[in-house]
Amino acid sequence: MPKIIIDRDKCKGCLLCVSFCPKKLISKDRGLNKKGLNPVKFSDKSGCLGCALCAIICPDCCIEVYK
Amino acid sequence: MEKIYSHPKSLRNLSTHYCPGCGHGIAHRLIAEVVDELGIREKVIAIAPVGCAVIAYDYWDFDCSEAAHGRALAVATAIKRVRQDNIVFTYQGDGDLAAIGTNETIHAANRGENVCVFFINNAVYGMTGGQMAPTTLLNQKTSTTIKGRDAGLHGYPLKISEMLALLPGVKYIERTSLHSPPEIIKTKKAINKAFLNQIEGVGFSLVEILSPCPTYWGMAPKASLDWIRDTMSKEFPLGRIK
Amino acid sequence: MKKVLISGNEAIAEGAIQAGCTFYAGYPITPQNELIAYMSSHLQDKGGVFIQAESEIAAINMVYGASAAGVRAMTSSSSPGISLKQEGISYIAGAELPAVIVNIMRAGPGLGNIWPAQSDYFQATRGGGNGDYHCIVLAPASVQESFDFMRVAFDLADKYRNPAMILGDGMLGQMMEPVKISNTRNKISKIKKSWALTGCKGRKPNIIKSFYMREGDLERFNLTLQKKYNQIQEKEQRFEGLFLDDAEVILVAYGSMARIAKSAVKFLRSKGKKSGLIRPITLWPFPKDIFKRLAISHKPLAFLVIEMSYGQMVEDVRLVLEGKARVEFLGRSGGGIPTEDEIIKKVMRL
Repeated sequence: MPKIIIDRDKCKGCLLCVSFCPKKLISKDRGLNKKGLNPVKFSDKSGCLGCALCAIICPDCCIEVYK
Repeated sequence: MEKIYSHPKSLRNLSTHYCPGCGHGIAHRLIAEVVDELGIREKVIAIAPVGCAVIAYDYWDFDCSEAAHGRALAVATAIKRVRQDNIVFTYQGDGDLAAIGTNETIHAANRGENVCVFFINNAVYGMTGGQMAPTTLLNQKTSTTIKGRDAGLHGYPLKISEMLALLPGVKYIERTSLHSPPEIIKTKKAINKAFLNQIEGVGFSLVEILSPCPTYWGMAPKASLDWIRDTMSKEFPLGRIK
Repeated sequence: MKKVLISGNEAIAEGAIQAGCTFYAGYPITPQNELIAYMSSHLQDKGGVFIQAESEIAAINMVYGASAAGVRAMTSSSSPGISLKQEGISYIAGAELPAVIVNIMRAGPGLGNIWPAQSDYFQATRGGGNGDYHCIVLAPASVQESFDFMRVAFDLADKYRNPAMILGDGMLGQMMEPVKISNTRNKISKIKKSWALTGCKGRKPNIIKSFYMREGDLERFNLTLQKKYNQIQEKEQRFEGLFLDDAEVILVAYGSMARIAKSAVKFLRSKGKKSGLIRPITLWPFPKDIFKRLAISHKPLAFLVIEMSYGQMVEDVRLVLEGKARVEFLGRSGGGIPTEDEIIKKVMRL
């Protein structure tokens, strides 16, 4: 099953991946990362298409996609 | 399971100094991806601008030079002329390329220097605090046009790519955008074409990339992308210019 | 070895080519146009790169690029054009790149005129652009030296990774004299430039920069520059001395002005007046040791500094002597040149 891995501490919380995930599987993490920002989390691993739109839009190169 | 999208080798695995949602990170990554895919990392010499991307050389993992504000294409001209086997590109913002460096830009283009130019147009001066850029849209508010850019006072957004397209020395110009994944993929294709042009000796190639600056546009990151799609790309139409 | 009759500007250009210069960028300005014209044909004929740039600013930044790529690179101009180049010279110094800049001075300020002058001494020796830096500055006084000093300038620039400037003037650039041209192009000592941008094959990427934002980094870098400058000041002072052993009045002049001063000294000697001459060859580093030594050992009546300016090098002489000797000055600028008669009269009145 496709999945993504998010580098939580590199994430700056711009939330662009949240906007572009066609399955709405990424959401804001209420916890803080090392930068003191709210990063994103991959909340639901079941429906990922492995489309990589999240990784393509990510300005901080935080997302790896596996398929 | 196969890793299908990851950090390109030519981009160091560092957290950048860019603001959340800034387009520079995407543009840096796309260039690094193309460099990796073309296998030219050991031949590349990049020229970093003065502006937010001044320390791009801390992020890219290949040879880089700084250039004084606006002078990247003079520096690139010389490097390419003395090292014709290397792949030379400049990465410049709108202030760098289209205001203080207009002269260097036009003449490098007119000489038909066989280099690539990646021109980041975010319609504002980022590093100095959001002042008017040559590409600032009419009515756009910046810290030096607080009531919005007024044509009578400040002139019009400068369409440097269209101007450069008039020059016979220029072989390829395309304007792309970072406002959505499909546009990002088109941007990557344009970057790839520019590099291939240089490798094949075609000549001066420029990709103008419309890029978000959420901080100085006073917008959330997603709203910035929508503004490029709905407003900025009307002033700066996307597609092949030459 | 062949002997040819050429102008100072052409001698500089040929000297550069013989010194292994393979990149030239410049912009036309009088009175150095013969230099750019010579380069446009002769450098390209020898496989080098010549670019007529869109401005002096572009030209110096091209030199920055070529030097960053590891080749011997130069530009030339005259006073107003050199002012435009200051941005690039500061960046070259800050990035520790070797480069040679030729200034065939004309009178200023502003557009001034095209007559010879020496009024860019401050600009040349103090840095000229922003920041704490120095160019190594060499002042030829003949067409032969214009040729010979290019080799010295390129060698010093490479040795110290620092910009070197040739400071001539319109008289020197335009005059023609016989010059011995030695073909030394194949005997260039190749300093390995491991820092140069060549593509990162087989090594870590190189970066050429002068930007240091992290706290303390720029101060540390500036201290390394200062250390280098101290070393240059210790090791690279050059001058020519004439009749210094028993001179009671010591004339001080450089470049074209020194030729006139030399004639005056010879005339004064023929009349029994014990005069001598110090001709600084390096203006930075200023040859201060000889001044200090003479002030203490010989106790001359006075040093008379003669310049085609209203008093620039004279400040260095005063600084060096620290009040230990009398310093007099004679200078003209704007087209006027102190004549042999004026110098002789001044000396006789001392």
